[in-house]
Amino acid sequence: MSGYTHLTDDERREMLAEIGVERLEDLFADIPEAVRLDRPLDLPEGLSEQEVYLHLRDLAQRNVCAEDEVSFVGAGMYDHYVPALVDAIIGRSEFLTPYTPYQPEISQGGLQAMFEYQTAISELTGLPVSNASVYEGPSAVGAAGYLARQSRPGRRFVVSRGVHPHSRETLRTMSAGWGTSIEEVALRDGATDLDALIRAVDEDTAAVFLQQPNFLGSVEDLEALAKAAKRTGAVVVCACDPLPLAIIEPPGACGVDIAVGEGQTLGNRLDFGGPSFGFFAATQEYLRKMPGRIAGETRDVDGRRGFVLTLQTREQHIRREKATHNICTAQALNALAGVIYLSWLGRRGIVELAELMLQRTAYAREALAHVDGVSLAHEQPVVREFAVTVDAPIERVVERCQEQGINPGLPVGEDYPELGEGALLIAVTEQRTREHVDRLAAALGEAVAAERAGERVEARA
Amino acid sequence: MINENRLHAGPEIPGHAPSDESVDAERGLRAQSPLQREAAQTIFEKGRPGRRAFTPPALDVPERPLDELLPARFRRREPARLPEVAEPDVVRHYVRLSKRNFDLDSGFYPLGSCTMKHNPRLHERVAALPGHARLHPAQRPARAQGALELMWSLERALAEIAGLPHVSLQPSAGSHGELAGVLLTRAYHADRGDQRRKVLTPDTAHGTNPATVTMAGYEVAKVGTDADGNVDLDDLRAKADDDVACLMLTNPNTLGLFDPNIAEIARIVHGAGAILYYDGANLNAVVGISRPGDMGFDIVHFNLHKTFTQPHGGGGPGSGPIAVSERIEPYLMLPRIVRRKPANGDRPTFDLVDADRPKSIGRLRGFQGNYGTFVRSYAYIRSLGAAGLREMSEIAVLNANYLLARLKHAGVAEHLPAAYDRICMHEFVLSGAPAKRDLKVRTLDIAKRLLDFGYHPPTVYFPLLVEEAMLVEPTETESKETLDGFADALADILREAAEDPEIARNAPYTTPVRRLDEAAAAKRPVIRQHL
Repeated sequence: MSGYTHLTDDERREMLAEIGVERLEDLFADIPEAVRLDRPLDLPEGLSEQEVYLHLRDLAQRNVCAEDEVSFVGAGMYDHYVPALVDAIIGRSEFLTPYTPYQPEISQGGLQAMFEYQTAISELTGLPVSNASVYEGPSAVGAAGYLARQSRPGRRFVVSRGVHPHSRETLRTMSAGWGTSIEEVALRDGATDLDALIRAVDEDTAAVFLQQPNFLGSVEDLEALAKAAKRTGAVVVCACDPLPLAIIEPPGACGVDIAVGEGQTLGNRLDFGGPSFGFFAATQEYLRKMPGRIAGETRDVDGRRGFVLTLQTREQHIRREKATHNICTAQALNALAGVIYLSWLGRRGIVELAELMLQRTAYAREALAHVDGVSLAHEQPVVREFAVTVDAPIERVVERCQEQGINPGLPVGEDYPELGEGALLIAVTEQRTREHVDRLAAALGEAVAAERAGERVEARA
Repeated sequence: MINENRLHAGPEIPGHAPSDESVDAERGLRAQSPLQREAAQTIFEKGRPGRRAFTPPALDVPERPLDELLPARFRRREPARLPEVAEPDVVRHYVRLSKRNFDLDSGFYPLGSCTMKHNPRLHERVAALPGHARLHPAQRPARAQGALELMWSLERALAEIAGLPHVSLQPSAGSHGELAGVLLTRAYHADRGDQRRKVLTPDTAHGTNPATVTMAGYEVAKVGTDADGNVDLDDLRAKADDDVACLMLTNPNTLGLFDPNIAEIARIVHGAGAILYYDGANLNAVVGISRPGDMGFDIVHFNLHKTFTQPHGGGGPGSGPIAVSERIEPYLMLPRIVRRKPANGDRPTFDLVDADRPKSIGRLRGFQGNYGTFVRSYAYIRSLGAAGLREMSEIAVLNANYLLARLKHAGVAEHLPAAYDRICMHEFVLSGAPAKRDLKVRTLDIAKRLLDFGYHPPTVYFPLLVEEAMLVEPTETESKETLDGFADALADILREAAEDPEIARNAPYTTPVRRLDEAAAAKRPVIRQHL
């Protein structure tokens, strides 16, 4: 018997007697013989807690994590420092173990935290309406597409190639049944080509999708792009990275209608890709069309201030097939980590953090530009991430760096053939120091030199 | 006394005034606790200009002018008005907020269809190991072998539990798994050149089912329920035509009843050339006992945050892996995890593959899914093993039937009878129609009064086809004493209501806030702090 259940043999007998059946099997009489499993599941036998711990620890030790190497990999999820108080608070039973707050009288903690989270996201994005979280970044882009499709008659989506490849692909997958087509707009020197965007947008365009900073790290001229996108009335969707928004003009001030994004950088772990959270903010126009939960303020019968899930007639459990989205369980605990983290950073701290990344990233970009065989892939302003082109077999170069304990970044040549095979995306969070960057520059230089030497040897042979 | 409180606490909300008779009943119930006295204040309101918690690391590179790095026209003009608080403020604020929550660790949470079972703490420990928690999702597969092996092993275990050969862990929640399933259905039919427009959902279905159907570009067609709580076979036969892409079914269904006609249902659906989809929200009833694949289902989603102990976090994170049959496999999301077994007997290696899969529907989210939930669910499956998983479902069903029987014998059934008088599976639905008629208390009132007794109420007003429904799911991790206590509490509440219905109608009394004005919240939405 597992230690997670209680029943003694005596209790089982008593309970069966109370039910009025003789044997446990009688409770399963409705399951026809033909669909019963007539053998045990083909799974290993159970283990004790300490055995499971050791097994899971062994698996963990067979991964090379951000503590085992100096990593410059970003591309949508970033190795930021998570303050201790985040773990301490979200690990509390009262936040960890409740369900969605269907009973507001005993869920004020979670509901108020959602309200505070919505306020913080609204501030960061410069948009008045935020929901309480969606799954994660790329599917949030898809959700924005669904909202746009329901709000505009157009049947085309115009998507900048600066949008994360996973987001573009997710939008394509999710929109299979919407009768829409997708057209991509090229980048010019690492930023969305404004002229190409103007040419791509027409009367039939339901939505235009941008990303700030874009996948290659470039800060886009969001205001100009949004203005061009809106000429024919398309909904402007921008996926954004919340930490750089501390120092970049927010999407809401640039004419963006819907701002979505990946919230992992706000106090959430890397966790090999999740769970994190997605955020979803919009102009007032979309208040009653938003996906997901929204917490709202109200009063109780005694006049006390309180919070409830509100505008629920948008949602699947009320509106069913007419719901604005099918989402039910989202990422409340991860969004809570987000608002705790933002409170910890605070109004000035978030600017200081973003400026620190700005300075260190600029230092890294300049250092790498001086490495023989490495050139900058674009000249656009960047905050935390930038792309270079390595003039040597990139996979081998990355492996050589990893042998030195440096993970130099993510090769993106497959997704961006226009940058060449050697394109490498490099992220510099506040956890990467000048010393780390100097080691990266040295390792990259050595790796490129070694590969070129190797090629010469092979050519002679 | 009540009026005095109103004077202190703020304006009166129309429509919620207790009747005069209730004043006596409330006297003595209304001593204000410290939590009730504490007026809600947000973290923004607690801030003071200049306070801070965060100290940035020192700048260790030559500082360059901002204008050089980020042109002024791109720079933020007004800072985001985040809270200005010191670290102790952050900790105290959120710890105090936590005390305004009810949680599974503190008490019984029989929320039907949500499977609120114990969350083992081991899982939090192993998920937090740096090798899992600080592993970057774009790490090269060769350097993430532990994670990929874990995911592959979890896929195999879920495949065995589902009785279907192929699994994708990618979806982030049950509703996301549903969307994956219906998009796979669409791809399957499209690949055969078969244009179908409708998806069938029973009238007992979770709301996510019909919402998913619309999102995937299909029309919903409803199938009825017969007098015993099963799918109405005649209605199904009439509607299952060559325009139907899929039937989405939960079995046991949301009434907590196993549909004994499942083989016939599968025959009808497959006979129409349609796909049979299993909503795994109620899988906790049948693990190791009956497998969806053996019932004839083509696609199954799991809720790792229900059956497999991922803590629900107050509304997520969840995880909604899907298992599929051979004919659906070519369309599965990317990337896939593959195991390669070297011929020389070396340890197998694992890889992520997204090439040469031309029929795949593609990605449904970034990276590989909610890996942290995989760690927890895998730990759970290894802890319980084959026998433990089967026992999990057996006790879930035993506990539910015992509680149902106890309610009958405690006299609850007179006012709150089972909607279907059958042996149930892991949950059952009561109807509060007699209580509403005879005692003048609604299911909502009973639920609110349960809060004063220290219980999270069952799911209320779902499923929709039962009047004044109350859906009760005790789970296997509750003791007999707990079930007895809950049955006694419900009996007490009904007895009390027979004497004075106003007590329940004005409940709760002991919670940090009392009934909230949801109508006003929706009419004039205030969804952020005005700063």
